[in-house]
Amino acid sequence: METTLVENLPEVTAAGVLIKAVIIMAVISAIAGFGTYIERKVLAFMQRRLGPMHVGPYGLLQLAADGIKLFTKEDIVPQNANKFIFMIAPIITAATAFIALSAVPVFPDFTIPEFIPLLGGTFVPSIAADLNIGILFVLGMMAAGLYGPLLAGMSQANKWGIIGAARTAVQFLSYEVVTGLSILAPIMIVGSLSFVDFNNAQSAGIGSWLIWQQPVAFVLFLIAGFAETNRTPFDLLEHEAEVVSGYATEYAGMRWGMFFIGEYANMITVSIIAAIVFLGGYSEGTLGWLTIILKVGFFFFLMLWVRASWPHVRPDQLMWLCWKVLMPIALINILITALVILV
Amino acid sequence: MSLEQFKNRNVGTQNYKTLDLGETPTSGLDRFKQVAKRTFKRELFVGLYVTMREMINALFRGNMHTVKYPFEKLPISPRYRAIHDMLRLLESGHYRCIGCGLCEKICISNCITMDTRYDENQRKEVSEYTINFGRCIFCGYCAEVCPELAIVHGPRYENASEQRASFSLFEDMLTPIDQLNLQQEYDGFGAVSPNADDNIKKTPLAY
Ligand code: SF4
Ligand code: SF4
Repeated sequence: METTLVENLPEVTAAGVLIKAVIIMAVISAIAGFGTYIERKVLAFMQRRLGPMHVGPYGLLQLAADGIKLFTKEDIVPQNANKFIFMIAPIITAATAFIALSAVPVFPDFTIPEFIPLLGGTFVPSIAADLNIGILFVLGMMAAGLYGPLLAGMSQANKWGIIGAARTAVQFLSYEVVTGLSILAPIMIVGSLSFVDFNNAQSAGIGSWLIWQQPVAFVLFLIAGFAETNRTPFDLLEHEAEVVSGYATEYAGMRWGMFFIGEYANMITVSIIAAIVFLGGYSEGTLGWLTIILKVGFFFFLMLWVRASWPHVRPDQLMWLCWKVLMPIALINILITALVILV
Repeated sequence: MSLEQFKNRNVGTQNYKTLDLGETPTSGLDRFKQVAKRTFKRELFVGLYVTMREMINALFRGNMHTVKYPFEKLPISPRYRAIHDMLRLLESGHYRCIGCGLCEKICISNCITMDTRYDENQRKEVSEYTINFGRCIFCGYCAEVCPELAIVHGPRYENASEQRASFSLFEDMLTPIDQLNLQQEYDGFGAVSPNADDNIKKTPLAY
């Protein structure tokens, strides 16, 4: 399927895509790291604390301190662990999170100015890979990302890890249905799986946002998205009070850090999907991109806000919620949407 | 709520309230009703509202709870028992200790060591006085027993040091002579209570 936006833009070259990939890697890792700072600050404010204050002004350099700590920590592999799987599990989480990001639009397209040697004139697209099945690809990749916690938990020869892995399976089985079904209704309305089409379908201002037509699907997707990113109230995988640290119990240093970069990258991806599919996405130009950054920022903040406010559910409650409540609602929503489209 | 209410250990006399949690649903329909009720009662949003309110209070209304400890400190109670102070007489500036030895005697961890001798005017003076803070349990008996309110507990609770000796000498605990005007009267253990006059009764012999 040819998308309308791509037609009137310069040719996308391999170099442009590569540059884009590097930009996504660098910027999203940085934002993911910065996300931990924001999270600590926001949670602190909501509990009337100050949060990190001492490294740099307002604790801004806490991130650097954490980075140094993570990089210099000893890389411990427990004795009875399956070494190979133990070592690649964090890479799966981080890698899938970034692969998922390759199919969503991040930052506006731009052309590198001519005066820069070698790369001058290269067009850098906003989406590294503008697939016509973008949504499917992203959701699939994020789902594949759960293999990280699953394998990590099972390979580390630790009971908390095993419980964490079992919970990963439970969570995975629960939310995946809801994510798919909830986003099906908007897909039916727009008639495409490409993010660009979604964006174009809602380009006529706030009134044309899909959230007005599909409020139920929006709420369902948000709930499933929280489960997908292991955020409270569905942070069963590593809930400290119950399973020490779940699948991450035996991890230290940068391997542990990779899980977190993956998790925060996933939070950003889910926020971007929600913003594009339901809240109108971006408009043309730099200013238009500011709007999506605001929307993504809102969703990110919402995740922290919810974490500060709500208790988390038990694994069985999550299954119950997803299969017995959310899935029927999603199905009914799809039925009604289909009827409305037909009539 | 005052502190007194927490100190009441007589179970049953307190003013406890039982939360009305309703009945646990047993049948499927009841459970469904409960879920529906909880979903649409917007309880979750009340939770969100509370945290947001606290954040706004903390950020914009100066309601932040954090005490940046080494830079700011909370006031401590006058009855707090930290490193000892030896006080001076305000009139003469002489140390108050009369060398009676009661504190040495009563100290339950045997950490006060003192010695006295006659000075050139044939008056008793304290020649040695140290407290071993490695042993002191800050029970406050020494301050309580001291007839002169000479040894009292001061406000210095940050007692990390390179050597224990940094605290323990008589001269270290004694109010510096040039800061005599800043010397605080101690109203902790052993001090005269504020309502001392009311508490005076006739001695048993008078009955
Ligand atoms: S506070 Fe107690 S243990 Fe410490 S010096 Fe005084 S009497 Fe001894
Ligand atoms: S009880 Fe008081 S007066 Fe007596 S020796 Fe100890 S400090 Fe001095």
